[in-house]
Amino acid sequence: MHKLLTDNPGQKMLMLGNEAIARGAIEAGVAFTASYPGTPSSEISLNFFQMSKESDLYFEYSINEKVSVEVSAAAANCGVRSMCVMKHVGMNVAADALLTLAYIGVTGGMVILTADDPFMFSSQNEQDNRYYGKLAGLPVLEPSSVAEAKEMTKQAFELSEALGEPVILRTTTRINHSTGVVELGDITERKTKGDFIKDPMRCVTVPAVSRGLHVKLLANLAKAEEIACTSPMNRVDGEGTLGIIVNGVSYSYVKDGLKDLGATDKVKVLRLGFSNPLPKELVLGFIKGCEKVLVVEEGEPFMEEAVKAVAQENGLTLPICGKGEHLFSRLYEFDPKMVRNIMASCFELAPVPSQSVDTSNVPEIPNRPPNLCAGCSHRATFYAVKQATQGMDVIFPSDIGCYTLGFMPPLSTGDFVLCMGASTSTSAGFSTVTDKKVISFVGDSTFFHSGIMGLMNAVFNNHNFTLVILDNRITGMTGHQPNPGVDMDEMGFEGYNSIDIEGLVKAAGVKHVSVVRPYNLKKSIAAIKEAVEFEGVSVVIAKEKCTLYAKSLKQLTGKKFQVNPDKCKNHRDCIDTIACPAFTTEGGRVRINEEMCAGCAICAQICPENAILPVKK
Amino acid sequence: MDTKRLIIVAVGGQGNLLASRVLGEAALLQGIPVHMSEIHGMAQRGGVVESSIVFGDAESTIISDGEADVFVSFEPSEALRALGRCKKETVTITNLSPLPPFTVAIGKGVYPEIDNVTELLAEKTKRLIAFDAVKLAEEAGNVLSVNMVLLGALIETGVLPVNAEAIREAISTKTKKAFVDVNLKAFELGFAEAAKH
Repeated sequence: MHKLLTDNPGQKMLMLGNEAIARGAIEAGVAFTASYPGTPSSEISLNFFQMSKESDLYFEYSINEKVSVEVSAAAANCGVRSMCVMKHVGMNVAADALLTLAYIGVTGGMVILTADDPFMFSSQNEQDNRYYGKLAGLPVLEPSSVAEAKEMTKQAFELSEALGEPVILRTTTRINHSTGVVELGDITERKTKGDFIKDPMRCVTVPAVSRGLHVKLLANLAKAEEIACTSPMNRVDGEGTLGIIVNGVSYSYVKDGLKDLGATDKVKVLRLGFSNPLPKELVLGFIKGCEKVLVVEEGEPFMEEAVKAVAQENGLTLPICGKGEHLFSRLYEFDPKMVRNIMASCFELAPVPSQSVDTSNVPEIPNRPPNLCAGCSHRATFYAVKQATQGMDVIFPSDIGCYTLGFMPPLSTGDFVLCMGASTSTSAGFSTVTDKKVISFVGDSTFFHSGIMGLMNAVFNNHNFTLVILDNRITGMTGHQPNPGVDMDEMGFEGYNSIDIEGLVKAAGVKHVSVVRPYNLKKSIAAIKEAVEFEGVSVVIAKEKCTLYAKSLKQLTGKKFQVNPDKCKNHRDCIDTIACPAFTTEGGRVRINEEMCAGCAICAQICPENAILPVKK
Repeated sequence: MDTKRLIIVAVGGQGNLLASRVLGEAALLQGIPVHMSEIHGMAQRGGVVESSIVFGDAESTIISDGEADVFVSFEPSEALRALGRCKKETVTITNLSPLPPFTVAIGKGVYPEIDNVTELLAEKTKRLIAFDAVKLAEEAGNVLSVNMVLLGALIETGVLPVNAEAIREAISTKTKKAFVDVNLKAFELGFAEAAKH
């Protein structure tokens, strides 16, 4: 049985934050779940997916975040508890649905999880999604620990039903990817079926209806604020005339820091777990007793500005600090020492002396950037594209996935990366206003997610570029989740259909479509040359399973290769043009790390001396 | 309970996440409060993977620069890269078997001399335990058990409140059945090796 389905209340378990959230949803009786995978939220979806295979929980990998919110919104409007899970930028994709769903509301609890990524460990920006709560007029809950993440997920469902509105559960990477001890609670029985009661004056958002729904939304928001003022998710610790207002993971840094500074009797702390709408009465009561307040929040001054507004409305003139010089930054994530030091300087407390070692005489360590894996077919495709376009001035828009790493030399096949699916649409803009050839890259999952829209747009508007679809038969970067092109039978799952990318592209009206196996360089280069010569939109589908995925399916059967030192004349074309991580150098000569070699044979096809040969066993 | 902070650095694929998991499970078995944090995502793409584990009375799951009580590196150059995490009182353990990053092969950097690595670590931290963990993992029966070898060395230092018995139990119940014997052997070899340093 899946460990998160364990029905043993009181048992203590070590859980990843994302597991705790999935468990919280199970304890709340969630019955309908949907997600498009995105780090740092991916393990929540993965656990739902696994549990759906051994229980009556419904889970789907939706084609994108907007679809995941829409399918869940319908289920929640049939009285079924629903949850959808996404990374912060996924919320941008879902925002169209989200903002009007706030007007319609829900009849069953609905929780939308957004996993923000301060410092951008695996993201293209570090936007602060608390603003979506403000923008949509929806409650935002923010746990401060792994254990609380589970409890707050349950509370989010209850709050959603109390208000008849979806609730945003907002985490950051340090909650999602932290691990702690969690105590199991009771599992509420899942109600997997519901009924849709027709109510056009609530559910059909024509202008006349929406005018009334906006009034309802504002009333709900006022009710939410009232609940937030007395919610145990918002609480005050300690006492003193110095005040801290804090949310999320920073609360743990504040608690540890105050202890280290010996200041627990001087500083009181208001932890806002239910942070939008701001509980104004509670905040006013807290700051009234303070001489000075420090707001500790990663990201934007979301609470700080709201707290300052409360002070202004009430004629309070105490200093309220947060972001600024010598204070907190809007950039990146916080850490315990940073928070401790800023608390000490802001409140004029004796700081804890630094014990850091002096690293001034440590030599510079060579970088270890992430790299496409040994045997990755994307590398072969990028090489083939470079060969096919030698001497040409090409712009390479790329997209979000492992293949974004192709932007690094020597492959250098990524010139513009914006957001999911933008490869296909930015290609149209580049090709229209420059006289340059444009070749763009998109992965299979990203193509389904939103890339296909830019392609259809390009066909209709008669643009001129070549799109290379890197079809590695899985969603690679986030850890091998299915997408609509995946062979689910092969993964061992029944009851799915599969969408053929080639057929889809042709049906969209693309006149020049070819499919290549990227490990065959000669044929790939020829197909790419033809596609590039075509006037109009052309598509090359480079189809080869992700090496790691193939390995996990035990399908990696290629022989390993080694450099024959007698034949090698040290041209180094292999190492210089494809940068496979399986290459090493010994005494200035190229070697292949046999442990890493995946047997793709790309380097063997490149070597001018035919010096790279299969290892004889 | 005293707070003890552990940083583990490794290269993607070396198995430090499993080592962290075993430590966390062992702490749970002993009833020791434990908070851990790790960065996923790039682990299988050959990047640096870091875990932080905080034992005892603290809430934070991450560890600031200069605040690790004990530091384990699965790779010698990574030990130097992460040296800023240490303080003078830090006990340091490093594997000495190098995994040069690809940037070295394409001439975009110079791999540090191993002697220089050990000199710097010994000079700046309280106790250094440096050895070839890959060799011991091979001796245990599987090169992939480097993580368990280093776990053994870590427990030998006695810095953490977690004991060897709890680790053995966590290895037996939380690592793949087919690897339990090798993992246990690797753990013992690492433990015995650290005692020599």
